[in-house]
Amino acid sequence: MKKPIIEVRGVGKKYDIRHMRGGYIALRDVVMNVIKSPFSFLKSKAKQVVGLEKKEEFWALKDISFEVNKGEVVGIIGANGAGKSTLLKILSQITPPTEGEIILRGRVGSLLEVGTGFHPELSGRENIFLNGAILGMKRREIEEKFDQIVKFAGIEKFLDTPVKYYSSGMYVRLAFSVAAHMEPDILLVDEVLAVGDAEFQKKCLGKMNEITQTEGRTILFVSHNMAAIRSLCKKCILLNKGKIEIMGETEKVTAIYRTLSKVADLETTSLHDRLRRTSGDVQFQGVKALKDSEECWEFKQDEKLEFHFACKATKNVENLSFFMAFLEPETGKIIGNSWGDIKKENVHAGEQFSFSVNIPPKTFRPTQLLLYFALTNKERTKWYDVIDANVGLPILDIMPTNIEPNENEGLFVVPFTLESTKRNK
Amino acid sequence: METTVIGPRKTFSLKDIKELWQYRELLYFFTWKDLKVRYKQTTIGILWAILQPFITMVVFTIFFGKLAGLPSDGVPYPIFVYTGLLFWQFFSGALSETSSSLTGNQSIITKVYFPRLILPISSVITKFIDFLVASIILVAMMIYYGYTPYLGGLFIIPLLLLITFMASVGLGLFLSAINVKYRDVRYALPFFIQILLFLTPVIYPASIAGKYSWFLALNPMTGVIQSARAALLGSTPINWFLIGISAIACFIMLLIGIVYFKKVERYFADVI
Repeated sequence: MKKPIIEVRGVGKKYDIRHMRGGYIALRDVVMNVIKSPFSFLKSKAKQVVGLEKKEEFWALKDISFEVNKGEVVGIIGANGAGKSTLLKILSQITPPTEGEIILRGRVGSLLEVGTGFHPELSGRENIFLNGAILGMKRREIEEKFDQIVKFAGIEKFLDTPVKYYSSGMYVRLAFSVAAHMEPDILLVDEVLAVGDAEFQKKCLGKMNEITQTEGRTILFVSHNMAAIRSLCKKCILLNKGKIEIMGETEKVTAIYRTLSKVADLETTSLHDRLRRTSGDVQFQGVKALKDSEECWEFKQDEKLEFHFACKATKNVENLSFFMAFLEPETGKIIGNSWGDIKKENVHAGEQFSFSVNIPPKTFRPTQLLLYFALTNKERTKWYDVIDANVGLPILDIMPTNIEPNENEGLFVVPFTLESTKRNK
Repeated sequence: METTVIGPRKTFSLKDIKELWQYRELLYFFTWKDLKVRYKQTTIGILWAILQPFITMVVFTIFFGKLAGLPSDGVPYPIFVYTGLLFWQFFSGALSETSSSLTGNQSIITKVYFPRLILPISSVITKFIDFLVASIILVAMMIYYGYTPYLGGLFIIPLLLLITFMASVGLGLFLSAINVKYRDVRYALPFFIQILLFLTPVIYPASIAGKYSWFLALNPMTGVIQSARAALLGSTPINWFLIGISAIACFIMLLIGIVYFKKVERYFADVI
């Protein structure tokens, strides 16, 4: 039997939180530390060497093993922070794994971003060559495909204009076009279809389809766009908290992904993150979207939405108020928000209470919504606790009802009244 | 078929050189981009590469040559200082370009893989091209002052360039890698370069230091600049011993630079 084209064995990636937080450190700080307290500096260095020091470690990936055969198109899905992008970065050699080994049998091309290395001062023509070279194409290859690239991007007229004068649409089209024309044996793609207008996205998906089907290329494809995953990939890997939850048929894996991501998890892990940005005087302890008294984050558009919150106060708080917002997943734009007082305006330290929020049916059109809930004071000058997608709140799915196609378009339903009026003749 | 094995790798090996060769086209494109971008939207373009050392030469000649009356080993001061400046600006320019070559290309480093060594090396090559352009003036001055380079001297020039190249790549790699983690380099370096200018016999001959001139020899650029003058202008006899020391020092610098660079290279994408 032929050997698999991608073999991943026991790969793990560890980050030191210390590194992550500050980014880079000024040499001055290091020097100052040495001068201020030379002994404790030496001690901590010694501890580091001996390995006694407890560093804050974070395994972005752990025990990842899988194989991909030639010609397979594999989707990688998982919630934010599950390690999808880290995996692609390791596969494309941008960052090395802390442990484990990967064998890639073929030329690798990675597309983690469109337009990497584009220079605004250079013309479209020059950028095609530069970007192509950065993506690993040979000069001859670029010259051969030059006309195709230009044609696909549709920028014939502006070839010699610096790209800084391009519209953002043209820019993205050109960038994608260069990337789409590289021909590696293994292609790694990260969420690049989330750019550009709808029409161009369709064109990109079409191109991706063409690449996968006609040319028998191996592709690893990371996306949040389930529709794209379903149409492109037969197989999927589901990552959850840095580990492989399951690998298998796309339908099966996406089904599991739904159940997995559809449970709000406000465990202590997220509390730590929340307390970094809010006071935590009153905290959410649990949140559920309810349908027929069971947790469910998927609603048909003609069903009412019900959220149930359990809270706890750690300090005495007056004038407690509740705020919620609904955001578009792609852009993070708020498309609706509301606030209101909680009946229990004054709470005491240690007190536990709960409340529920109801939203009438047909408020939103079928879409995906990011949720944002907060406990604040009435004036919204103090924020006690905020929960959203960053701390594990699921995405809310509003499903179509298929009664009348027009009913499935738009973002929300506009309430209106209609009165007949007399015509004056 | 190409097979890539990815694991936690650490040190410099023959594989790296092979890889550099594979990516030589990218090296070309980076250099080409640097040159292209630098002189975009300027009216005189690459002439800047000439103008800078030329004007510096004029100013130095007026102040150091005429007013301060610095000696110049019996060679007209303008051509004396220009020879020094030419090599000096190649070295110092390459140093400051390389040191920021990684941080300046952050967006590429975190998104695409290629041997990172390419970035600093292409910065040095860019500066080398500036050097070539600026040396036109030197040729013109040699004709004007009627200097015929001593024939054996011409063969030394490539050697001197190689030494300068090694020095700037070696030190540059080291600095660029440090700069990823400690951004202080950006502030410290211009200052350091300025001081180094006075510790290098650019505006004065090494002989001025008398019995302390050995101290200047610690700086590899001393050997380079002195030998360049000796070869082109015949100001002093060529000091092979000095060239040898400079060459060895620069080679060691290059090795240290590469080894250190490779050692920290794997963190670049995480830390930058």
